[in-house]
Amino acid sequence: MMASSYNAKEEDGHHSGSAGLGGAAIRSRKPDNTAFKQQRLPAWQPILTAGTVLPAFFVIGLIFIPIGIGLFVTSNNIKEFEIDYTGTDMSSPCFNCSQSFSWNSSTPCKCVLPFSLEQPFESNVFMYYGLSNFYQNHRRYVKSRDDSQLNGDERSLKEPSKECEPYRSSENKPIAPCGAIANSMFNDTLDLFYIDPNGTKTQIPLIKKGIAWWTDKHVKFRNPGNNPNLTTVFIDTAKPVNWRKPVYELDTDSENNGFINEDFIVWMRTAALPTFRKLYRIIQKKNNMTPTLPRGNYTLEVTYNYPVRSFEGRKRMILSTISWMGGKNPFLGIAYITVGSICFFLGVVLLFIHHKYGNRNNSSDIPN
Amino acid sequence: MHIYKPEQEPAVRSLGPENLLLKGATLKNTKKIYGVSVYTGMETKMALNYQGKSQKRSAVEKSINAFLCVYLCILISKAVVCTTLKYVWQSKEGQDEPWYNQKTQKEKDTFMYLKMFTDFLSFMVLFNFIIPVSMYVTVEMQKFFGSFFIKWDNDFFDPEIKEGALVNTSDLNEELGQVEYVFTDKTGTLTQNNMEFIECCIDGFQYRQRDVRSELDGFTVTDGPVHKLQPKAGVEKEELFLRALCLCHTVQVKEAGSEETLGDRLDGMLPKPEEERGFIASSPDEVALVKGAMKYGFTFLGLENKKMKIRNRQNDIEEYSLLHVLNFDPVRRRMSVIVQTRSGETLLFCKGADSSIFPRVRPEEVDRIRLHVERNATEGYRTLCVAYKQLTAEEYMVAETGLQDARLALQDREEKLMAMYNQLETGMSLIGATAVEDRLQEEAAETMEALQGAGMKIWVLTGDKMETAKSTCYACRLFQRGTELLELTVRTLEDGRSKREERLLELLRDYHKRAVQDAPPVRTGVVTRSWCGSQEYGFIIDGATLTLVMNPPRDADASLYRSLFLQICQNCTTVLCCRMAPLQKAQIVKMVKNSKGSPITLSIGDGANDVSMILEAHVGIGIKGKEGRQAVRNSDYAIPKLKHLKKLLLAHGHLYYVRIAHLVQYFFYKNLCFILPQFLYQFFCGYSQQPLYDAAYLTMYNICFTSLPILAYSLLEQHICIEILLDNATLYREIAKNAMLRWRPFLYWTLLGIFQGLMFFFGVRFLFSNPALQDNGQVFGNWSYGTIVFTVLVFTVTLKLALDTRHWTWLNHSAIWGSLAFYVFFSFFWGGIIWPFLKQQRLYFVFANMLSSVSAWLVIIILILLSLLPEILLMVLRKPRGPLSRQTAAVTPLSYKHLKERC
Repeated sequence: MMASSYNAKEEDGHHSGSAGLGGAAIRSRKPDNTAFKQQRLPAWQPILTAGTVLPAFFVIGLIFIPIGIGLFVTSNNIKEFEIDYTGTDMSSPCFNCSQSFSWNSSTPCKCVLPFSLEQPFESNVFMYYGLSNFYQNHRRYVKSRDDSQLNGDERSLKEPSKECEPYRSSENKPIAPCGAIANSMFNDTLDLFYIDPNGTKTQIPLIKKGIAWWTDKHVKFRNPGNNPNLTTVFIDTAKPVNWRKPVYELDTDSENNGFINEDFIVWMRTAALPTFRKLYRIIQKKNNMTPTLPRGNYTLEVTYNYPVRSFEGRKRMILSTISWMGGKNPFLGIAYITVGSICFFLGVVLLFIHHKYGNRNNSSDIPN
Repeated sequence: MHIYKPEQEPAVRSLGPENLLLKGATLKNTKKIYGVSVYTGMETKMALNYQGKSQKRSAVEKSINAFLCVYLCILISKAVVCTTLKYVWQSKEGQDEPWYNQKTQKEKDTFMYLKMFTDFLSFMVLFNFIIPVSMYVTVEMQKFFGSFFIKWDNDFFDPEIKEGALVNTSDLNEELGQVEYVFTDKTGTLTQNNMEFIECCIDGFQYRQRDVRSELDGFTVTDGPVHKLQPKAGVEKEELFLRALCLCHTVQVKEAGSEETLGDRLDGMLPKPEEERGFIASSPDEVALVKGAMKYGFTFLGLENKKMKIRNRQNDIEEYSLLHVLNFDPVRRRMSVIVQTRSGETLLFCKGADSSIFPRVRPEEVDRIRLHVERNATEGYRTLCVAYKQLTAEEYMVAETGLQDARLALQDREEKLMAMYNQLETGMSLIGATAVEDRLQEEAAETMEALQGAGMKIWVLTGDKMETAKSTCYACRLFQRGTELLELTVRTLEDGRSKREERLLELLRDYHKRAVQDAPPVRTGVVTRSWCGSQEYGFIIDGATLTLVMNPPRDADASLYRSLFLQICQNCTTVLCCRMAPLQKAQIVKMVKNSKGSPITLSIGDGANDVSMILEAHVGIGIKGKEGRQAVRNSDYAIPKLKHLKKLLLAHGHLYYVRIAHLVQYFFYKNLCFILPQFLYQFFCGYSQQPLYDAAYLTMYNICFTSLPILAYSLLEQHICIEILLDNATLYREIAKNAMLRWRPFLYWTLLGIFQGLMFFFGVRFLFSNPALQDNGQVFGNWSYGTIVFTVLVFTVTLKLALDTRHWTWLNHSAIWGSLAFYVFFSFFWGGIIWPFLKQQRLYFVFANMLSSVSAWLVIIILILLSLLPEILLMVLRKPRGPLSRQTAAVTPLSYKHLKERC
């Protein structure tokens, strides 16, 4: 990328020895003749000229454009299906649920949304829930957690951090898990059913493991104590006020219960932007013969527990396949193609200018 | 003048300046004297000429302060914008306190305006990193360590005094690259204050004598101390001339081994003992003359009991009784002695400037000698003519009584003495002329030429006579043959018939017209100032006139005079101010310093009389000369020789300025693009003061991740190498007037920072429109977002510096690549452990997870590239055009390459 000239100036650092006849007094006054002190360190002096930058531009262009095309194609090949089930519309099946919401209703409100997939989803399908206008990145919200409690510290379990206020204690018992994040954990239940062309409804198995970061699940989040019986561990704590079940009843599987419940861990990783998606379930590919989700009709059965109407939020369910670059996002591909083209274009322009200028420069040198 | 009259003795004595013992005088040849002390305490010369040492601030610091104000405004406006928007946003129902994010009771109870205020303060805290506090630390470090390079520089080492340069303050390194006016002392600074007898001319025949030391014209003649090139004058004349040299002076002989020093004169000097015999005189010229005579065989042995003893060529001792000394004064510009030989003859020897001697001798003698005198004068020697006259007994008696009367006169003593002197010094016969050289400092002319080439105006401020100063200026090539001299001295003022003030105004107007109004209007750019101007002007002013200009009798004129004077001076390449009192030197410096555009001034001097000027100027430089350490102690930098000034300014000053200017701009830039994403993030987090970066990153950014590369840069960068800087003085003009810290470059850096900040934030923002960035479908949260932005930021900012670095030593390499490696290492480390003392494990494995995502890699690479692209493009495109293109042709092809790569 750069033409360079290695400019190592000889250092004559050995002269001081021969000049040392004058004795110590003289030598102490005389500055050391080292390359560093004389600012004569050997130095590499790169020269950025049009001539050296030009090939770089072409190379960047030539590398970036294929990458960009690759990314773009990959992103386009990712299948994604999104369905909004907020239920703000009268026509929406979830309208009633969203209207008649109350925190302490005993019977969960259920709604069923039919949808159809135009194309089959071949590989593993990842099921996300998406929320909009939900400020998980609000400062008051982000800090409202106690990581040492979540890491299984028993003292913090009994006495959560003050950051958790006002979700620190209820009914004079410490809340476990405390804080606004935990309190507002997403608790809709989403179930997928495939409708055969002949009308039979089969539930699609959803896997709930592997949705959280491995390190979170195994190191950062830990249940307190060594007691496998979580009910006794959490005996003196209260459930978060908005939860329907206590933390030790999140799942029947003891590997996925309590603080190490993966749904919980996923929720606890606060999103960067007010519109976000979080991984909910994974639909594993059964075999190579049939697609994971064949094209056809499906229904989404929602247990509607999570209110978003009060802050004008939206709830979505997203089905997506994943590639090596993650979920569907055309941005990177477009960016790479654009930058690659710009570089290439600049390379051409520079070549033109360089050519022209080089000539002019030569001609102007002659009179001098 | 007062007269002291003891009661018991009828004799009347006069007391004059010659009876004044100055500070440091030693009593000699007598047991005691009676004295009255005058001028004590605050009235001593030293106290009057002393100025309080004031804090010196560099222009760079002023620029920093201005930039700081801008950034403070940005900070406050950011905070205000965010606070306002926060409350606008919150006014919408359900936004402020959604069910999932309730406030605590305390927050709810807080009074609304107090909340607004605390919100404002929180935003201030959040964005405060935009004010580069760490810059001050880095700048101080840079200045402190940077000043060592001056101290260490071997080129400043002088083998004679076995010392190198001395740095008394490290605050002004970069000011050395900004100097516009150089005020220099003459004696001891431009010249060595070491007079040397060069030649004499006796009766029209030239006697030139050289020894090895005075290699003037490149050839030396070493055979014997006396060498006559041309036919000699008659022996009688020759001896008469040499006797005159030996007698007509006020030199005292300092015996070898005697400790006494007798030196506190205006340009005091301590002559070296030569052949166990030292000569002491108020004027070094006289010493040179006596020494010169010694080389021709006539040795002055001393004055005892009013008898002057001379050893002549035949080694006989001749004795003359000294009858009268007609002292030197600047108006007569000559001095005489009246001596009596053993044989009873009374002789008057007179020596003085040609202009004052020639009218008083027989004209036919003048022609033979004038030629030599004029040639010598143009060569920059100080010339003196010697004449003599034989007095008859009657004449002497008349003179004797006349002088006595005049000396005792209470009124108009000076006038009467003058009249008497003039009467005596007539009808003399010219015997010869002498040429004495005040040898210039080594490479004085080259240095001055280089400084002028660098666009500096040079002012010579001296206490010396105008003629001497002028000849020195010619010798230093400050005045050149083509230079038109504008004189404003007592002499030119008294030429006219009109009053002095009127004449002054008239002259000022006239000069102003010539130098300012008629000058071609070339003063458009910084680059072409007075360089290609067709006519160069030199300006000469003396102390008395200067007083008149500065403090005119009518106060109303003061500003007019001053502005006229300043404008004239600003259009002259060289200004010579002679006959200056030390405080006047400071006055001049102050006047220029406070003139329009407040140019950076530099004073250089070696003696105590330069101290006030050194203190007054922006940069004061002391020369470790013969006149003691006063100047060195009060200076900001001290160098052994004048010639070192060139490297100090052109190389060190230039480099320091470029380094620190880049440092300052870079710091503002890097903090701007550091904090801008955080500001933008507020729009996406409900204006809740949520930081984008982790606290560790916020603190470490300026301290660890980005500080070392810029420090290494600011210590080691040589965008143009030192040799080229020294060879092409014009390069200095490019950074003149604070060129790198003006508003334009500042705006450029700020825009660059804003552009990159926008790039970082929105690039990642678009990536995060789908936060599922890993190939296992898992999603990234807000800390991953911040970490990606921060990684791009650290790399971009460091690579931007790498692009600007033109001089990659191993230190630069290790600082730049080391910082980046440290960032990566630290991020792994910081995220690799559950830190027991942290309340929140925000970054736990965030960095490692980020690196496991291909998309994150791709976005980091493309954002870095895209952010640096305009910079690279500008660097390539700017070269063909730019203000440099014209100059590149003028300098050597070697530097052409380097000039081109400048950014």
